[in-house]
Amino acid sequence: MTIVFLIVIAVVVVWGISAYNGLIALKGQTTNAWKQIDVQLKRRHDLIPNLVNAAKGAMNFEKETLEAVIQARNQAVRVASNASPTGGGIKAVADAEAALTQALSRFNVVVERYPDLKATANVSQLQEELTSTENRVAFARQLYNDTATSYNVRQQQFPWTLVAGFAKATPVELWEIEDEHDRDVPQVDLSMNPKT
Amino acid sequence: MTDANLFAQQESNRRRSAVLVAIFVLFFAWIGFGADLILYLQTSGAPPGHYHHVIPFCGIAATLLALGMARAGWKSGAKHVLWATGAWELVTPSTPEEKQLDNIVEEMAIASGLPKPKIWIVPDDDPNAFATGTDERHAHIAVTQGLLKTLDRDELQAVIAHEMAHIRNYDVKLMTLLAALVGVLAIVSQGASRMIGFGGSSRSRSSSVSREESKNGGLIVVLLVAWIVSVLLAPLVSRLLALAVSRKREYLADASAAQFTRNPGALADALQKIESAATPTKALQRAGSAHLCIADPMGRKVTSREGRLADLLATHPPMATRIARLRAMAYQYGKTGVMPESV
Repeated sequence: MTIVFLIVIAVVVVWGISAYNGLIALKGQTTNAWKQIDVQLKRRHDLIPNLVNAAKGAMNFEKETLEAVIQARNQAVRVASNASPTGGGIKAVADAEAALTQALSRFNVVVERYPDLKATANVSQLQEELTSTENRVAFARQLYNDTATSYNVRQQQFPWTLVAGFAKATPVELWEIEDEHDRDVPQVDLSMNPKT
Repeated sequence: MTDANLFAQQESNRRRSAVLVAIFVLFFAWIGFGADLILYLQTSGAPPGHYHHVIPFCGIAATLLALGMARAGWKSGAKHVLWATGAWELVTPSTPEEKQLDNIVEEMAIASGLPKPKIWIVPDDDPNAFATGTDERHAHIAVTQGLLKTLDRDELQAVIAHEMAHIRNYDVKLMTLLAALVGVLAIVSQGASRMIGFGGSSRSRSSSVSREESKNGGLIVVLLVAWIVSVLLAPLVSRLLALAVSRKREYLADASAAQFTRNPGALADALQKIESAATPTKALQRAGSAHLCIADPMGRKVTSREGRLADLLATHPPMATRIARLRAMAYQYGKTGVMPESV
């Protein structure tokens, strides 16, 4: 009888350890995925001053558009530094980045009005960089949301929820996009072709 | 693909790689020791003082050779495949096109959560692409110059996503190994069939002498026939092997690519463009790497139809079926906002 009892205890302990480790691993993956977002956001923030400088000369009379981009960028930089999946602040980052995306798409609309500007090699290169950066942010966000979702679901499912306290696992914020329209990567295609 | 599916696929690929190497080595051992046995039976009746073939030199040599080649294929198969296609590595992108490719590969590395693979460009005007490597940390993606010219940004992204999926599913190792070993088998069996022709003529001269060993005669003939047939059929068998492993995983890689880009329509468009430009990709035929590519580089007509013969001979599933599946995924995604696992 005691032997059976001991075996049951051993099984429970072994299972507890592996469940704990599983949760910790998922937590690590989530943090990692967030770091990837951080890297890409930093890239985006570093890119914008270059873009603005390249466009400045030709766009003297569109000052407020550029100002808006710079301001949105600075706000995003401020918010990004103190956000993490465990510490919160993801909502603020998502909002700041959404504002930046909007400012950038206004900027792109303005650039379309100046064919000379568009033709500058420098600007078209920066446009490709911007497209890529937007994509990278989007894909990093996709990876983060997928990882964070499986982390959140796992720690609330029945047997795992017993060890969630030991692993200090709490649900993390997802990077939500409020508007369905925001899902689209902003168009930085500068050709004047009508949209299909 | 869910995690469980992914692990199952990775595990199955690991197992298949091991089985492939085992079959390869066993085949060489059979060729070598089979030759030894025939020589032994032939010389066993010879009078004392003549040569008696007792120690199986051929078998030992062939097995060691096979082990060595399998090891080389395992370690540096990717390098050989890339070398055979004449590809050059894109290290510092200079033109806008190259910069874009570099960016897209980086984006897909992020989407799949894998390290960024090395990028290679194949100087060929036909649009095609393939991935090779040993594992996700030593992976290579190669695209033809024609692909860069033919596709737009979204389509190129979809093709790169398809190749990233091959890397993530551990398809690359199995397929690279296969390319290396199939190449070796083809060369060996070509050489061997030439030697059989030569040996056969010399044996006919000595046939009158070996009248006394007629008790072994029947066995020798059977062995000899089996041996010759297996040598001659080696390339055919290895082709069939290559076909069996490559088709199902194309559908899988298409589905994973859609997961990465959330844009199955772009891959369908890309496949359509590649299909309509389907002239044989010369640079990719040499390498024995047909099964690595996103579209069959041989320009074979069978890939365009579904059917039993097509199923047997094509390295790739029919383009029409792949495109239809992707279109169905795009439709479902557009309607529900949730990417279906597969259709």
